Amino acid sequence: MHIHFLDPYRPRTSPIHALDGRVKFVLVVAFILTASLTPVAAWPVYILLFALMLSVEILSGLGVGYVMSRALLALPFVLAAFPVIFTNGGTALFSLSIGSWTLIARAEGLSRFVSIALKSWLSVQAAIVMASSTPFPELLLAMRAVGIPRLLVGMFGLMWRYLFVLVDEALRLMRARSARSGQSSLAGARSGGSVLWRARVTGGMVGNLFLRAFERSDRIFVAMLSRGYDGEVRLLPLPPMTAVTWGALAVGLSLLSLLLSFGILFWG
Amino acid sequence: MHHSIEVDQLSFSYPDGHPALVGVSLHIAPGEKVALVGPNGAGKSTLILHLNGILTGQGRVTVCGLEVGEKTLGRVRAAVGLVFQNPDDQLFSPTVYEDVAFGPLYQGLGSEDVAACVTSALVAVSMQSYARRVSHHLSTGEKKRIAIATVLSMNPEVLVLDEPTAGLDPRARRGLIYLLRDLPVTMLVASHDLRMVSELIPRMVIMDEGRIVADGPTVTLMKDENLLEAHGLEKP
Repeated sequence: MHIHFLDPYRPRTSPIHALDGRVKFVLVVAFILTASLTPVAAWPVYILLFALMLSVEILSGLGVGYVMSRALLALPFVLAAFPVIFTNGGTALFSLSIGSWTLIARAEGLSRFVSIALKSWLSVQAAIVMASSTPFPELLLAMRAVGIPRLLVGMFGLMWRYLFVLVDEALRLMRARSARSGQSSLAGARSGGSVLWRARVTGGMVGNLFLRAFERSDRIFVAMLSRGYDGEVRLLPLPPMTAVTWGALAVGLSLLSLLLSFGILFWG
Repeated sequence: MHHSIEVDQLSFSYPDGHPALVGVSLHIAPGEKVALVGPNGAGKSTLILHLNGILTGQGRVTVCGLEVGEKTLGRVRAAVGLVFQNPDDQLFSPTVYEDVAFGPLYQGLGSEDVAACVTSALVAVSMQSYARRVSHHLSTGEKKRIAIATVLSMNPEVLVLDEPTAGLDPRARRGLIYLLRDLPVTMLVASHDLRMVSELIPRMVIMDEGRIVADGPTVTLMKDENLLEAHGLEKP
């Protein structure tokens, strides 16, 4: 049994899927930068960014619902920005008393918080569309093309390759555990054991998995050495960029810079 | 008297739609030793995982008089000892003792009973002196024996083994064959090791493409070279 559900890539035939991975990578980074550099409360720009994201989602054939629901995963992290509601100046909106504390929510803080939440939600959507429409090897190629160090890209590649192996291994361990989790026919024996004992068993499994991952990495390294690896990551040359790809990159980048300058000009 | 294993018209498809078992029926009497052979991907392991309800397909599976289902899962898993192909999957505790004790402890036995179960299981596989060893550092043959002990400690009625001799050196393999021969339990052994099968197991079931294609005395089936060849097997 192999695990594929971890892989976010969803094969479809869409212009977004067909677009060169390098262009997607650069545009997504540019989109995230634009979203984060856009001044606070520049609502029209946010709406335009959202419209842009929405059209890409529809064009990609992934389904708006799919992307949005996955993007909700970013919500817990937005909570980190929650305190800005109470720590910024501006008109007081309402106050909360917790014991002897009184927190005063202020308008400026609230708009700052909503801006941060929207920005991160949009950025996560962009990343999800990229990961779902680009096979991982193409993303690795894109990282290389924009000059991320080869060693780092090589490490990402290995992590991706062996993540699935490791998850498979963990699932097999868990399967072997449930195969031995039985009920005694003796009256009065309560199956399941204590929470502490179960935690210890789980701890043992995690430790085992770590040791195996460690040993496997050694074996992989030896296998690499025996095929001539000398510490230098050598990779195939990058495929050439076509005129269409350059065009898509230029259009995307100018659109994003236009939106950013618009935001900075009127709300900065 | 009930059969130890009764499988009736069992079908199962993996989530990607690939059919792994198609209308499989198999009956095994108490005390019987049966070999399950067939090429890679024939559905042997899938069938095995149905015997203790880790996978559930369409059809009926009854083990030691218990119909495998949500409610009987605990009892079924205590009755069927499943030994996985890779002993590393089975040994997940820091020491041999804790691994062998997992089943009885999970069942809620008292510490004296647990100790007795562990000792007798380790004695059965001749590994008494290994109780305090770290599972991780054992050889494959030793791990295999301990993996068998981890299920023997639950006193199962049925022992199901997936490729027990895979990866063993001749001496470890020989020792394991004697061990399996002397264990007085119902046994279903999935294996590619036809020499071991002809030596040890009187009844043989051949599976291919999710179906049972032959079921009969090992001596008779082993003589039918055409049958063996048609299903990717080789006469030993």
